[in-house]
Amino acid sequence: MATIFGIPLMALFGQLLIGLINGSFYALLSLGLAVIFGMLNIINFAHGALYMLGAVTAYLLLNYAGIGYWPALIIAPIVIGVLGMVIERLLLQWLYKLDHLYGLLLTFGLALILEGVARNYLGTAGLPYSLPDSLRGGHNLGFMYLPNYRAWVIAVSLVVCFGTWFAIERTRLGANLRAATENPTLVRALGINVPRMITLTYGFGVALAAFAGVMAAPIYNVSPNMGSELIIVVFAVVVIGGMGSILGAIFSGFGLGVVEGLTKVFYPEASSTVIFVVMAVVLLVRPGGLFGRRA
Amino acid sequence: MLKWKVGLAALAATLVCGAANAQQINVKIGVLTDMASLYADDTGLGSVAAANLAAKDFMKGHPNVKVEVVSADHQNKPDVATGIASKWFDVDHVDMITDVPTSSVALALMPVAAQKNKALIYSGPGSSDITGSKCNANTVHWTYDTWMLANGTGKAIVKNGGDTWFFITADYAFGHALERDTSAVVKANGGKVLGAVSVPINNSDFSSFLLQAQQSKAKIIGLANAGGDTINAIKQGAEFGIAAGGQKFAGLLIFAPDIKALGLKAAQGLMFTETFYWDMNDGTRAWTKRWDKERNAPGKLPSMNMAGVYSGTLAYLEAVVAVGSAKDGKAVVDKMKTMSFKDPLFGTTTVRADGRGIHPAYLFEVKKPEESKGPGDLYKLRATIPADEAFRPLKDGGCPLVKG
Repeated sequence: MATIFGIPLMALFGQLLIGLINGSFYALLSLGLAVIFGMLNIINFAHGALYMLGAVTAYLLLNYAGIGYWPALIIAPIVIGVLGMVIERLLLQWLYKLDHLYGLLLTFGLALILEGVARNYLGTAGLPYSLPDSLRGGHNLGFMYLPNYRAWVIAVSLVVCFGTWFAIERTRLGANLRAATENPTLVRALGINVPRMITLTYGFGVALAAFAGVMAAPIYNVSPNMGSELIIVVFAVVVIGGMGSILGAIFSGFGLGVVEGLTKVFYPEASSTVIFVVMAVVLLVRPGGLFGRRA
Repeated sequence: MLKWKVGLAALAATLVCGAANAQQINVKIGVLTDMASLYADDTGLGSVAAANLAAKDFMKGHPNVKVEVVSADHQNKPDVATGIASKWFDVDHVDMITDVPTSSVALALMPVAAQKNKALIYSGPGSSDITGSKCNANTVHWTYDTWMLANGTGKAIVKNGGDTWFFITADYAFGHALERDTSAVVKANGGKVLGAVSVPINNSDFSSFLLQAQQSKAKIIGLANAGGDTINAIKQGAEFGIAAGGQKFAGLLIFAPDIKALGLKAAQGLMFTETFYWDMNDGTRAWTKRWDKERNAPGKLPSMNMAGVYSGTLAYLEAVVAVGSAKDGKAVVDKMKTMSFKDPLFGTTTVRADGRGIHPAYLFEVKKPEESKGPGDLYKLRATIPADEAFRPLKDGGCPLVKG
């Protein structure tokens, strides 16, 4: 059996695939963050908590309304997206003219409140959420056993990520949005309702986070802490990709998932820190991030 | 005038005599625990409720003792914990700290307590080093430790045919102690350890490590971790077809709240060792009802850690009364080593020279879903290990306090 550095080649492929799966979650979440920062200039620290709320909404829908996974994939992002829009209208809109730090502090405080309330009612051991029946089981690929659900995660993330990129970079709506963030006064003068666009964009970014939450519910522990564990890594991913760049967030997300996966094979003790090491190196060499437009 | 002076002196004399009969003892106890992270459901507010219950029960029988309970979240960080403990000891007049899950935190606090001569009654941490190479005279280790878990669970599983092991270990003091102790038991009983991987604590995704475990072809995947880590590993193991591939998990440290979170379908058949289960007998059931009222949150089960906080705190308070004061931590701990404690939760507990609290241990197996009669009916008893066999022999620990 061929080996690289003592690890059989087949084993390595399995780990790379798993890295891609984790990368899917990083990509989905960092996409929402990048959209919000790129379009709104808000550093949304509440992103992890909103991801968690998406998963919790899926759990509540299942246990109190009997609504399963597939409808929850649509309902939960809409519900949490609306919550996001309410947050934007009530709280965030007053901070756009101020330093980034205020938005960061506000959303951080929001995250603490949301997580604390969830923890009070749900505990921390986690809530059971089972795999949808149609996605159970898996296939033996020879080098590893790939659960169907995990393959589904990769496929959906790729579709959603590139769909979002396409919408923002290649459609008229996206063009209007990008123009509105660069020069809101001019765009307003042209008759476009800029505040409403901003609200909807924040709602969309939040809905992406909630969508990732529903996807995570069957395989990761649905617990109030699930967001805070992930959010720091996701921020590192966004910084590496470039704070305003959508494509950067997508590529960094998948890429760093693979890097983390490889670290888990060769030096697993470092697997929770390798992404930050990469971030430090990238910031030293290219402060704007790998794909960043802003200096 | 003289009559007045004599009268006042007589009054003062009677008052002094009266006070000497009912000497007031004040004790302040701190519950330092994990309130919000991976161990919070196995310790956390449940442990605080247990300590409050112990304080109330003790004060009922001893009206001259006033027990105050405070609590804080150490977030599983040794630096945060030592900061809180120092403030508690120096400023807030706390006499004893209890629970303290997370062995790295527990080990970090021991020199602090020794230096300030306060007492530690540990129910949360697992590392057998607490009564081994790192032992000190101010610490009592209640409830369980990694040696007991390895000896109970490891031996039973190897005897059952699980003779090749692969460990998934939480990369800190507890995980390494548990892996070390269990490897020793596996090898001593004729088994082989095929490999191990160290995983950062509080890890949410085990897919990569489960893949490595699958590729090792070991019959048993030993989970040298606890709380949220164990739950995640088992859940994801089901997804990756671990059982279908012929491998089994050995949950080396599992609590009843974890089994509840996993659900019987995922957890059935798991075998592990604990020293308390809420449904063992009428005494434990009655206590659990009272704990539930004190905890005041729906759907919670007490873990053995929480039961240990109750039992250990009561034992400590009895020793405090015997000594007369809580101010000298070492004196109270020394007193505990001469006494024997009985409660409905653990039976009879004695404290050894190395600080180890000894009581019987039980090998449990998780029921199948069809065997369970209700939401809390989770375990069946497979074996009872008597107290003198359940824990590491005194001479084997390497504790400097043990003479000879």
